[in-house]
Amino acid sequence: MKIKRSNAYSKVTLYVVAAVFIALILLPSFASNNVMERLTVLFIYIIMAAMWNTLAGFGGLISIGQQLFFGLGAYATIRITNMAISPFVALLIAACLVGLLSWPISTFMLRLKAGEFAIGMWVLASIGHLLVNLDPLIQGETGISLIALNQYAIESRRLLIYFAALVSMSGLLLGLFYLLRSKAGIAMQAIRDNEEAADSIGVDAEKVKKWFFIFAAFGTALAGALWLAQASSFQPKTYFSVQWTAYMIFMVLVGGLGRFEGAILGALLFFVVETWFAATGVWYLVGLGAVAMLCSLFFPKGIWGVIETRLSITLIPVGYQVTGLKPDSHSKNK
Amino acid sequence: MMNSLVQAILLGGYYALVACGLAFMFQVMRIINLAHGSLAILSAYLVWEITDALALSPFVSVLMILPIMAIIGLLLQRVILERATKGGELLPVLTTFGLAIVIDNLLFQQFGANTRSLSPYLGDLSWESYEIFGLWIGKLPVIVLITAIVVIGGLDLILRFTPLGRQIRATAFDPDTAGLVGIDARKIAGISAAIAMMTVAISGTALGLRGTFDAYAGGPQLLFAFEATIIGGASSLWGVFLGGIILAIAQSIGALIHPQGFLLGGHFMFLIFLFARIYFNRDVFTLKHWFAKRNKGEITA
Repeated sequence: MKIKRSNAYSKVTLYVVAAVFIALILLPSFASNNVMERLTVLFIYIIMAAMWNTLAGFGGLISIGQQLFFGLGAYATIRITNMAISPFVALLIAACLVGLLSWPISTFMLRLKAGEFAIGMWVLASIGHLLVNLDPLIQGETGISLIALNQYAIESRRLLIYFAALVSMSGLLLGLFYLLRSKAGIAMQAIRDNEEAADSIGVDAEKVKKWFFIFAAFGTALAGALWLAQASSFQPKTYFSVQWTAYMIFMVLVGGLGRFEGAILGALLFFVVETWFAATGVWYLVGLGAVAMLCSLFFPKGIWGVIETRLSITLIPVGYQVTGLKPDSHSKNK
Repeated sequence: MMNSLVQAILLGGYYALVACGLAFMFQVMRIINLAHGSLAILSAYLVWEITDALALSPFVSVLMILPIMAIIGLLLQRVILERATKGGELLPVLTTFGLAIVIDNLLFQQFGANTRSLSPYLGDLSWESYEIFGLWIGKLPVIVLITAIVVIGGLDLILRFTPLGRQIRATAFDPDTAGLVGIDARKIAGISAAIAMMTVAISGTALGLRGTFDAYAGGPQLLFAFEATIIGGASSLWGVFLGGIILAIAQSIGALIHPQGFLLGGHFMFLIFLFARIYFNRDVFTLKHWFAKRNKGEITA
């Protein structure tokens, strides 16, 4: 029996990921403006999906209130740029501040279970929305534009936002990758599979969940700040809308809950679905809700879960793989 | 001051009404139904549609949609919740949230962005009031409050004194053992979901009578119901009634402090109760705590 972390597929994946990354860096030199803008949106979706997956897929925490961090990330960016700080520095500071804020929130909210945690987070998002509305700078639901962006010419602005999104996405995914492979991550995956069993072998679920909660808050805030840079205007109602969490849930459920590759696949699918069907308006949203519902009922592991179990492919090695088990060791147990 | 307190208590009656179905399902099936608010809005639209088409009083229409919502409740249990609960405690959260999105957007598709109200079909009743000690108290909010008391009292009586109630309580306490003594847990869960949806139908109608609603009003109603349930302690239906009233009073206090403070007041009260439940004696704020002595007496006797 052999236990190893990677396999032939993951080595190929490494080369493919490196190639895609280099291609994405070189892309602005020949791609059209529209392609770059759409890709920026895609990167933000991938961040959102990966962050929700961190929380739900690995932490077993279903939150309906991640729009709290998304909205706060955008709001904090507005506030910080208002102090004459470059918006691209501001969005990182904003995400860090929201990450800090999520620490006291986590000590409180992680005491709640399942549905209570889910709606409790939604209430917090509503509180965040109402409090941001009280800030005179935001002018209530009218909102405000990120005027500081106007100091950049339209071309360089687009390029900077594209790179900011690309770097954020790559950084967060890489961070998540190492987080999952760390001791805490292995503990987290143990908790995902069976909390009581993990507890019995000495996994401190509380502490690990807290770190994942903070990481997800930081990443989601960064996604919110990037969305603000990309959309350039802030209306509290839009940014604190539960719609964002609905999108995250759709992406993760369809792609594969608790699978690293699943969130990315889900974000890609969502991006395609949005591009094709967003024009159908309400029916598109009905479809998203229905697909999310059906996926959670019939394919709780999502598309990637099906691929993984059918073909036993792991592209991104976040766990351990056991190979070379002697067949008779199974048959004896029977 | 006195006036806003009375108005808050009347509004609390509505919150209690919308919360009792959520709390009932949580007690019996350990499920928080995230589509609760959306289903209330669905029933408000159904009542509106029937009232408008048949030129009936909303009070008659609501009787007609009670069986419809009961069937929806049964289907909800059989088709969705039963399957979801088998997959652990997280799947019901996800599936009911998905259902809420579907309902909200279908309602929007069907009825558009305009807000609706049932009050135009009430004639004089929508503005008639009683004058008591110099306070003007609307008849309609009083009717809603009394309905809340009747619904919660009725549920409480069913749970306490009928064979069905005993079966429901037994299933809620321990479904496996209840099964051993011959209770069909599946049937009980179906009936409980049907009962919960009938209270949802009444609460949706109450919302439509008291004010306006639109396709996306389900989310806020869910939050109100959830807050009232948590404030009330989730362990008894009368606790939830009290929770609704405390929530409404907190909102009025919030509105007194700041013009935009209505919702914030309620949310903060919710957080205070949640905080107290987590860090102090978990039961301090529930009726159970205060009546614990009597309950202990019952158990030993």
